Amino acid sequence: MQFLKLILRNALRHRLRTALTLLGLVVAILSFGLLQTVVDAWYAGAAGAAPTRLVTRNAVSLVFHLPLSYRDQIRAVDGVRAVSHATWFAGIYQDPKNFFPQFAIDPRTYFAMYPEYLVATPEFTAFLRDRKGAVIGRKIADTYRLNIGDALPLRGTIYPGTWEFTVRAIYDGIDTKTDTSQMFFHWEYLNEIMKRRAGRQTDQVGVYLVDVTDIDRVAEVSRAIDAVFKNSLAETLTETERAFQIGFVKQTEALVIAIRIVSYVVIVIILAVMANTMAMTARERLSEYATLKVLGFSPVYIAALIVGESVAIAVIGATIGIALTFPVSNWFAAKVGTLFPVFEVSGETVALQILCALGVGVIAAAVPGQRAATVKIVEGLRTIG
Amino acid sequence: MDTRTAPPLISIRNLAKSYRRGGQIVPVLTDITLEVRAGDFLGLMGPSGSGKSTLLNLIAGIDKPDAGEILFDGVDITRLSETELADWRAGTVGFIFQFYNLIPVLTAFENVELPLTLTRLTRRERREHVEAALELVGLSDRVTHYPSELSGGQQQRVAIARAIIADPRLIVADEPTGDLDRHSAEEVLTLMDRLNTDLGKTIVMVTHDRRAADQAHAIMYLDKGELSTAADVHEQSLR
Repeated sequence: MQFLKLILRNALRHRLRTALTLLGLVVAILSFGLLQTVVDAWYAGAAGAAPTRLVTRNAVSLVFHLPLSYRDQIRAVDGVRAVSHATWFAGIYQDPKNFFPQFAIDPRTYFAMYPEYLVATPEFTAFLRDRKGAVIGRKIADTYRLNIGDALPLRGTIYPGTWEFTVRAIYDGIDTKTDTSQMFFHWEYLNEIMKRRAGRQTDQVGVYLVDVTDIDRVAEVSRAIDAVFKNSLAETLTETERAFQIGFVKQTEALVIAIRIVSYVVIVIILAVMANTMAMTARERLSEYATLKVLGFSPVYIAALIVGESVAIAVIGATIGIALTFPVSNWFAAKVGTLFPVFEVSGETVALQILCALGVGVIAAAVPGQRAATVKIVEGLRTIG
Repeated sequence: MDTRTAPPLISIRNLAKSYRRGGQIVPVLTDITLEVRAGDFLGLMGPSGSGKSTLLNLIAGIDKPDAGEILFDGVDITRLSETELADWRAGTVGFIFQFYNLIPVLTAFENVELPLTLTRLTRRERREHVEAALELVGLSDRVTHYPSELSGGQQQRVAIARAIIADPRLIVADEPTGDLDRHSAEEVLTLMDRLNTDLGKTIVMVTHDRRAADQAHAIMYLDKGELSTAADVHEQSLR
């Protein structure tokens, strides 16, 4: 008890110094948590990918589409359970900054393949009945205050003109990690309009989504699909949904790496600040530590007092920082709207925050603790605190 | 007990200690031989830098000599390891410093209790001991006060209570009245005299203060690293 009492009272001895160090820790732990969450958000798509789902795209580039006729050929490949397709639309809702992904899909097969998107049956039926109907994620509905029956006009960029949709269903995620910032509408509607216009980009889809019967056959089925279309006009590249998503992240990987480095630099900076604080603290109290040694306390006890104080400050700072990470990340997520499909502080991030705080606490006190533990008693008694 | 016939509690033989200053070795103590009997109250006097505090530190086991031996009740403490010395100090020596050396974040009660936290005493037993020690030094009404809330004399009395709390056989005091006014100094010296006469504690005290030294049964002088008695000093002054 005396040990803990000493640690806590010592920690509160220079209140301003401790308060400023705590403030630095809170800001550092909070920043670290936020930056790590941004990195996690970047990989959210890959994290949510199902292991048995494959994506088949044009081998040359995603820009080039695949013929609709491939659907039946893919379905015929041994090991394929279901096939669906999705086409990137890239429309603008009111303002270019209001970004959210839009896909033209085959509704029945698509939603059957993505059970993580939960749509109420009456709403889904209404969507199926309306060729101009759209299903939007809960996040879009909340961000843009859209309800069932509302008009949702998009200005096309790949597909020119204004496209009128009506919100017929709002889907929720099966868990908080599910992306609810997407919009889906009938591929038939897109294809029909494109046929009416010029006949270009018709009967084509962006990518095929393939559900494999057995997770152990994923690689084999991928190769088999690509083999079917080898030497055709549109050769395919089939990969797992996860690899497909990571491919997107890799395009901006330098940025992600930079964010990750900055998050650790913040920790190194607070480590330096904390080490300086503990060095000053231990130096000022050298005569007290010498007195404790005179009374019979061991060098290990002295070192533990300093490390304990440092860890106590770090833990208090981390607790406040972690507690603030949640509301601040919610505020940040609301500010950036649908930019990040999933923006959630993960358990891993919290564990890293705790680990960093403990690391800062221990490392910052290592040198002052070692010095106080090993300094000769007579030298310690001579110092003036 | 007649201290003149008691066996020596501390026997110091051929003790030497030097410090290294700027690459030079400066001898502080040379060939010191001294005996302190159980129940003695020995005063150590001498000019600044004469090695009084160094000798006191060596007797108390908080510094190591370059040569010689210090036998405490037959045990050569110069041969003990740091851990053994720490245990020995905790059970055998009580310390009184010039500037009290109390822990500022602990109350008078907690400061006195500190040495007892190293023992196996229960919380209740510790409380009883601390209350008795603080009563002995006349500070029963100051138990919850922090050092900053006490006068210099009161702080030194708390330090004395801390020094005797573990019932040590030896008390070492380094200029215990050096930072006190006359009245407080007298209180402290009276208290030390009681520790010696009533409780039978052996005391070795370093002081510059002649009045403080007069409380001691014997006075030794240290000058240029050499020890002499009052008679030697008198003889030298006559020459």
